[in-house]
Amino acid sequence: MAQKLVVIGAGMASGRALEHLFEEAPGTYEVTLFNAEPRGNYNRIMLSPVLSGEKTYDDIVTHDDTWYAEQGVTCRFGEKVVSIDRAAKVVHGEQGDVAYDKLIIATGSTPFIIPMPGHDLKGVLAYRDLEDTNAMVAAAAKPGARAVVIGGGLLGLEAAAGLKLRGMDVTVVHIMGHLMERQLDPSAGYLLKKALEDRGITVLCEANSEQILGEDGHVRALRLKDGTELPCDILVMAVGIRPSTKLAAEAGLAVGRGIHVDDGMVTSDPDILALGECVEHNGQIFGLVAPLYDQAKVLAKTLLGEDAAYVAREVSTKLKVTGCDLFSAGDFAEGEGREDIVFRDPGRGVYKRLILEGNKLIGAVMYGDTADSNWFFGLIKDGTDVSDMRDTLIFGPGFQGGASSDPLAAVAALPLDAEICGCNGVCKGKIVEAIQAGATTLDAIKATTKASASCGTCTGLVEQVMAVTMGDAFVMPTVQPMCKCTDHTHEDVRRLIKSQQLKSMPAVMQELGWKTPDGCPSCRPALNYYLLADWPLEYKDDRQSRFVNERNHANIQKDGTYSVVPRMWGGVTTPAELRAIADAADKYNVPMVKMTGGQRIDLLGVKKEDLPAMWADLNAAGMVSGHAYTKGLRTVKTCVGTEFCRFGTQDSTGLGIKLEKMLWGSWAPHKLKLAVTGCPRNCAEATCKDIGIVCVDSGYQIGVAGAAGMDLKETELLCTVATEDEVMEIVAAFTQLYRENARYLHRVYKWVAKVGLDWCKAQVVDDLANRKALAERFELSQSVYRTDPWAEHAKPSERAKWAPIADITKEAAE
Amino acid sequence: MSWVDIGALDDIPAQGARVVKTATGCVAVFRTLDDQVFALDDRCPHKGGPLSEGIVHGASVACPLHNWVFDMSTGEAKGADVGQVTTYPARIENGRVLLDATRLTTRSAA
Repeated sequence: MAQKLVVIGAGMASGRALEHLFEEAPGTYEVTLFNAEPRGNYNRIMLSPVLSGEKTYDDIVTHDDTWYAEQGVTCRFGEKVVSIDRAAKVVHGEQGDVAYDKLIIATGSTPFIIPMPGHDLKGVLAYRDLEDTNAMVAAAAKPGARAVVIGGGLLGLEAAAGLKLRGMDVTVVHIMGHLMERQLDPSAGYLLKKALEDRGITVLCEANSEQILGEDGHVRALRLKDGTELPCDILVMAVGIRPSTKLAAEAGLAVGRGIHVDDGMVTSDPDILALGECVEHNGQIFGLVAPLYDQAKVLAKTLLGEDAAYVAREVSTKLKVTGCDLFSAGDFAEGEGREDIVFRDPGRGVYKRLILEGNKLIGAVMYGDTADSNWFFGLIKDGTDVSDMRDTLIFGPGFQGGASSDPLAAVAALPLDAEICGCNGVCKGKIVEAIQAGATTLDAIKATTKASASCGTCTGLVEQVMAVTMGDAFVMPTVQPMCKCTDHTHEDVRRLIKSQQLKSMPAVMQELGWKTPDGCPSCRPALNYYLLADWPLEYKDDRQSRFVNERNHANIQKDGTYSVVPRMWGGVTTPAELRAIADAADKYNVPMVKMTGGQRIDLLGVKKEDLPAMWADLNAAGMVSGHAYTKGLRTVKTCVGTEFCRFGTQDSTGLGIKLEKMLWGSWAPHKLKLAVTGCPRNCAEATCKDIGIVCVDSGYQIGVAGAAGMDLKETELLCTVATEDEVMEIVAAFTQLYRENARYLHRVYKWVAKVGLDWCKAQVVDDLANRKALAERFELSQSVYRTDPWAEHAKPSERAKWAPIADITKEAAE
Repeated sequence: MSWVDIGALDDIPAQGARVVKTATGCVAVFRTLDDQVFALDDRCPHKGGPLSEGIVHGASVACPLHNWVFDMSTGEAKGADVGQVTTYPARIENGRVLLDATRLTTRSAA
């Protein structure tokens, strides 16, 4: 029987450990995974490109829901672990206990917040997770917004560069004499400062922060010890991290700066292991990803009863700021017996410094030209005797034996054991082997070797290895495009439609360089939606770019007939409507009449040519299309609420009808289903809808992002409000937010998983002006689309189009 | 050949289709964005889907039921799918669409 393994923390370290575990011994452990963040594992070190807009959250997800499902992992995301009972071997989660045979603590680290006055004001952020990143992106959306970043280390500078790219006015405040003092010497620090200043970032070194000033509970400025005030809309504190050891310490495990682990990654309790930024090994704590991955390998082996020992190794650092080439490795402090070789080219902004001790290279700092960094890093790690090449050492491998300075030739000249991917410890030989075994795309290399799968700075190098190994067979890869008609992603296309004001399908295809004359069944429906959502007044819906159901306003069945579903507002009908439906069913020989899950009646098996006449009959009885066929508003399901029910707390039926009358006819990236239920007994099943409202005595709980299809998921609470008017405005605003931002064919829950519920809250709950603006844009779009398509197509002038163009059965009979 | 006038080109939407009823089933008459016309059996060889309801792109159409894509000039399935739809001669004359009636009336014998 599988042993029970509980993992606390779904970060990069535990994610990698689980990968090893499942690869080497699938089924050995039954895993329950807790994560305080409401999501699974993503590549945290890639948050900087997400912040700068060069990547999206989707791009950096390493384990998606499918992966967890395939591995049989029970995910408890968004749930904190309260305590560990070591005697009973039980973990107490917020929502219940889980017993374990083995426990992994991977609680990571917590950003250090300087406890200066004002540190708890709104707008004071750390830079640690997606929520922080989204909060920064949101703050940058305000024109002319200003940011102060405290901390001139790796994280602080990446935050500063990202915020600047987002258009913010950014000041970096650093307490030390030069930037990144732990990785750079003063000269390289100076060049970096100059480069950042050239981008318009203000850098203040030797600056002591004194107090954060606020106004109405929100940060207003940072005051320095010398009295300078730096006004800001957000203040990002990136001054370091502390291992998160609280849970372990409370459980009585041995804890120093981090949780003590031995070489096998086992804590002071033999059944509890730990790894990542929360641990302390031989007095050392960890902040870079490469050692974490080494630990993950060791931990997986220990769990499988194999001997393995973690050995700390050299790490190198690169700054992930596009255009700032910077590298540092090893030890570069000056000291007795140490010598420097320095190269400067002020005109090009290049600085290189090598630190030697005896005959060996022990450290390297480079700025502006880091092409040879891997070669130097190899020399440091291997402890190579460099005395023979000392004269030309600083010029790199190109000058050792007359090799050319062509980068491809340099890569070709690397020995097979040269490290290419520092994060994952992948050497050139492993990549070459993978290529020879059939991995011929970057994705395949990532999947088989992990090379470039973490921070991504070695992607270029991996591609060069591929180019050298594969020759002409290698084609530089691109990102996952929308479809084969274009190289752009869905996200790019949405952005460009807005930014370039593209208002027709030909304009999009022309300006964005479509490779086909008129698209394909994959891109055309998506483009049609994006255009009508972004330009409701200018763009005219293109029927020929719609799937059959939306083009014909009915659902096609397997035999080519259609199903017809008239709207029943909030699921409420009348005897007269029921008679009209019964009459229509008789008149058009409907073979089946069935109740739908959305509280209305489905007439199945209608012939296409009968549709307009049937619609006209239903229209005459006051009914309109139920849009049971759209990527758009479907139904608002309700219970009877206070009207009849003895438990009802609010008029759920009335509110459901109001919502449906507001939302009907609107198109969306995918179908949109709502429900309003009158009390927490939830008869209307509101907690698995895209938007579900649960009435309570004090008002209305608005939940979003539920699912009851391929995936099953409970809604998450967006907010609780007191009045129906607030429900109406928030639902309109949230719907519009979804319409404007989601990718075509993403249901609400998929989109919310991508952008984060907190971002949605910030947009439609906290920011009242933005909520109002969104609701107004929704209403503007509805001024065009809140109409009955059936009435349009049932007009006598239109009906002929639904019948065959010609009937030549007679000719054929001759 | 005996050409029969089935209607005006303008009665078929560009990137769309209309059907012609024959004694042996429906024929879909497609009009592309650049005003070519094609006539094919309105029946996908996969599960019988009405091709006339598919999305027309270039000189291809995607079946509305399971997205098989056919080259309308040959009737052959594209990509990984294998299948063949019967095609019929069609042409435009003075804004009218003409189909070859001999082929339409004899096809059931095939």
